[in-house]
Amino acid sequence: MPKSDLPPHMRPERSFQGLILALQRYWADQGCVILQPYDMEVGAGTFHPATTLRALGPKPWHAAYVQPSRRPKDGRYGENPNRLQHYYQFQVILKPSPENLQQLYLDSLAAIGIDTALHDVRFVEDDWESPTLGAWGLGWECWCDGMEVSQFTYFQQVAGFECAPVSGELTYGLERLAMYVQGVENVYDLNFNGREGAERVSYGDVFLQAEQEYSRHNFEHADTTMLFEQFRMAEGACKTYLDAGWRRDPKDAKASRHLMALPAYDQCIKASHVFNLLDARGVISVTERQSYILRVRELAKACGEAWLATAAGGAG
Amino acid sequence: MPDLLFELFSEEIPARMQARAAEDLKKLVTDKLVDAGLVYDGATAFATPRRLALAVQGIPARQPDLREEKKGPRVGAPDKAIEGFLKGAGLTDIAQATVQKDPKKGDFYVALVEKAGRPAIDVLAEILPLVVRTFPWPKSMRWGSGRLTWVRPLHSIVATFGPETEDPDIVPFAVDHVAAGDVSRGHRFLAPATFRVKHYDDYVQKLLDAKVVLDPARRRDIVLHEARQLAFAQGFELVEDQGLLDEVAGLVEWPVVLMGSFDPAFLKIPGEVIRSTIRANQKCFVVRDPKTGTLAPKFVLVSNTEAVDGGNAIVAGNERVIRARLSDAKFFYETDLKTKLEDRLKKFDQIVFHEKLGTQAERIVRIGRLAAELAPLVGANVDSVKRAALLAKADLLTEVVGEFPELQGLMGKYYALAQGEDASVAAACEEHYKPQGPADRVPTDPVSIAVALADKLDTLVGFWAIDEKPTGSKDPYALRRAALGVIRIVLENGLRLRLADIAEFAGAHAPARHVTIVPKLISEVSEADIQSGKIGTTIDHTPARLADLLAFFADRLKVQLREQGARHDLVDAVLALKGEGQDDLLQIVRRVEALAKFLETEDGKNLLAGVKRATNILRIEEKRDGTRYTGAVDAGLFREAEEWQLSHAIEKAQGEAEAAVAREDFAGAMSAIATLRPHVDAYFEKVTVNADDKAVRANRLRLLDGIRAATLAVADFSRIEG
Repeated sequence: MPKSDLPPHMRPERSFQGLILALQRYWADQGCVILQPYDMEVGAGTFHPATTLRALGPKPWHAAYVQPSRRPKDGRYGENPNRLQHYYQFQVILKPSPENLQQLYLDSLAAIGIDTALHDVRFVEDDWESPTLGAWGLGWECWCDGMEVSQFTYFQQVAGFECAPVSGELTYGLERLAMYVQGVENVYDLNFNGREGAERVSYGDVFLQAEQEYSRHNFEHADTTMLFEQFRMAEGACKTYLDAGWRRDPKDAKASRHLMALPAYDQCIKASHVFNLLDARGVISVTERQSYILRVRELAKACGEAWLATAAGGAG
Repeated sequence: MPDLLFELFSEEIPARMQARAAEDLKKLVTDKLVDAGLVYDGATAFATPRRLALAVQGIPARQPDLREEKKGPRVGAPDKAIEGFLKGAGLTDIAQATVQKDPKKGDFYVALVEKAGRPAIDVLAEILPLVVRTFPWPKSMRWGSGRLTWVRPLHSIVATFGPETEDPDIVPFAVDHVAAGDVSRGHRFLAPATFRVKHYDDYVQKLLDAKVVLDPARRRDIVLHEARQLAFAQGFELVEDQGLLDEVAGLVEWPVVLMGSFDPAFLKIPGEVIRSTIRANQKCFVVRDPKTGTLAPKFVLVSNTEAVDGGNAIVAGNERVIRARLSDAKFFYETDLKTKLEDRLKKFDQIVFHEKLGTQAERIVRIGRLAAELAPLVGANVDSVKRAALLAKADLLTEVVGEFPELQGLMGKYYALAQGEDASVAAACEEHYKPQGPADRVPTDPVSIAVALADKLDTLVGFWAIDEKPTGSKDPYALRRAALGVIRIVLENGLRLRLADIAEFAGAHAPARHVTIVPKLISEVSEADIQSGKIGTTIDHTPARLADLLAFFADRLKVQLREQGARHDLVDAVLALKGEGQDDLLQIVRRVEALAKFLETEDGKNLLAGVKRATNILRIEEKRDGTRYTGAVDAGLFREAEEWQLSHAIEKAQGEAEAAVAREDFAGAMSAIATLRPHVDAYFEKVTVNADDKAVRANRLRLLDGIRAATLAVADFSRIEG
């Protein structure tokens, strides 16, 4: 649908939600399943099992979704115009990565009103690595007039396993993109609902209080004793579920199956987020930090292995 | 002769890899052509963000035919041998071989193997896919469902081959699903259509028509020229930056240079911070006022497209981003100013400098101690030196340096000045890192000198103690640079330092003393420490380690002096001396200089010849007799006046030379040695060394040794060439 057909309040350059809806519509037209956010706290859209786990194994997969992402350390008490401890990513995952993925991406920018006849869109080297997920890929950060608006990655490895076929992952930083197309300098000034006057709801109306409250929580009050305990519990539970889920075939490893990869992976996500909170509270030393990251990675790897022994992971 | 045009069209190649990739492409293809007997006239390779291209001119249409004679078995050899020979030579019947006569060993078979040269295009069809499959990208990847690897997905290949005057052929090959053809593409946005190409000239022209400048050097020229023009037109000048220029030329196929502005209020931030912000994050250039040299509130950006509005939206977008970035930088800078440098030091307790060398905090203490020790030797105020050493590393913990590590030191200076430190203390915060390389400035302020020397010597002594010395091309801790830095600081400031003493002092206070995870002196390491894992590796500061470090300095000094044009043999001749002062870099250099001057004089040249003659005779005779002729001569055994005279001359010259050396009057020492010359000449003229009388002969040989010994006061002449 050409954007001129949209009512004003739905246009991506006027409304935050309009931007999200335009992206969803565009990627739905490309054959993606449009998922809803994962119902757990994650640091990035990549953690959603629809990306991490679905990137593993031989089965084709095309999905797009918004993922609220939490980076406790990035909180600024609502005082920084660009940094948030909670923000939205729009995530697209296409497996196998299509030949025309770059063009599909550029067309998605056109769908939200970024016209390459007017703007300078560039693909600038940026290799992606997630130590906690044991994942890496090559790609770019995508620049529009000097601003990074997306990450574009060809996954090479996830959870320590080689990706074959390779998934193409696109991650749009929605607030930043919206600030660009709406032409505002401060994230809290974004028009959320595209209405004007008394009906107008800004990003600040929705999230400013939350940013202030969570910054206090993340940096000052988060209960570290509880969090340390939660980390241990999540780690323990992940391992327990993994052990319980295996149906190993002693004669043929390929015939082994796993029955609880997803619940186990939830605990891995949980451990990762708890670690991020502890890190924001400044209670993890430099040397310990590395060991926590390694512990989460071990969980991620074990979950990846389990996933590959499930139906969606390509087993049987 | 035919030409090859080869293009590999892909998604965006990282800018930093492009130049190397073009070189690799050229080398890989042309090496393989030469190996295949195809000697070409010339080759050029290019890279843009989306393509690698290679043009090879003048490739022969065919490989030369090869004729080779293969020697076979004797006539009448067993069937097995004959069969093997036929198989190896590609013959079906022994009648096809000729028989060569050999009356001595017997007649044998010879096969004439003729290998017809293949058409070059067939050879290329083998070479080119191999090059693609084995290309040495620093990092490469897979995509889609394929197994092929390339730096980013590879989309198409052009490979045409033919003489300039004719329509070329397509080299028939495919790499997985990508088949070679003659179709290329223009600029991603400005001319996305495909087009067919024939030869290199036509390819370059069609690309240009399709808004792609193939040659990176040309793109750099365009950017530089237009950027200078834009700045000039506004009364400014471009702050040139070769690294950035190379990078932006690798980010665009069609450079369009534009200028933007930022709020002059940001100019309150140090210029270097603005430049780093704009350069690192936005890959834009800054401009300055040519009169004052200060930055102007402008920047130059290089876009990859000709926008329909003339670039207004692009400039506006970049200005927005730069505004946000500079706001961050300003925030960082102002936040940093709120904390005093000394208040940051506590955090260094948590920061490990090197797992075997302890924390940064410990290192700062060591540097301070050593710098204070050095202060009187370099004429610096001890309190200033201690203060500078304490603060010098503190900026590592500031927000700005966290964001831009290349500004370390410089920010320390700004923050030190802002908190009212003495100018020399502030300067030392920056200058103690200097010199960073052979082209960098050497600190001259005594406070900076003391801290700079302490910083580098602590590093060297520490890494020597844990045996992490540079090897071959590996020098991860830049220890060669540190040693060279010490050498340059000492020499260029004319400092008199005994490195051995200083290194020993540093060694005695080295990381060792601190317990926790840090190793201790080997004698202090207990079994419990090792068991508890506190000690990774034992270290020692034995004299051998120290001697090894001093030898490393001597080695670096040699390299440095050679680069300055000194004769390496003269450096060796001085370094070979034993005794005091061999760890005093300045003294070594002065000796070398005096020696070089002396050897330019007639006396010097002749004396050198005389000493060499004496040394040669001694070497031969000592070897023959299996003994050494050293020690005092016996005046009672002199038979000729020249022996007397030389003996006296040696005694006098040696005494005077040694006295002069003690005064560090090296020219005087040379003059004293020079007085030997007529006596040495006369001795060789009149005296037969190998006299019949054994005692006389031994005495004469000892006199020769006396010459050698006397000259050792200034240099080991045997090391001097010529």
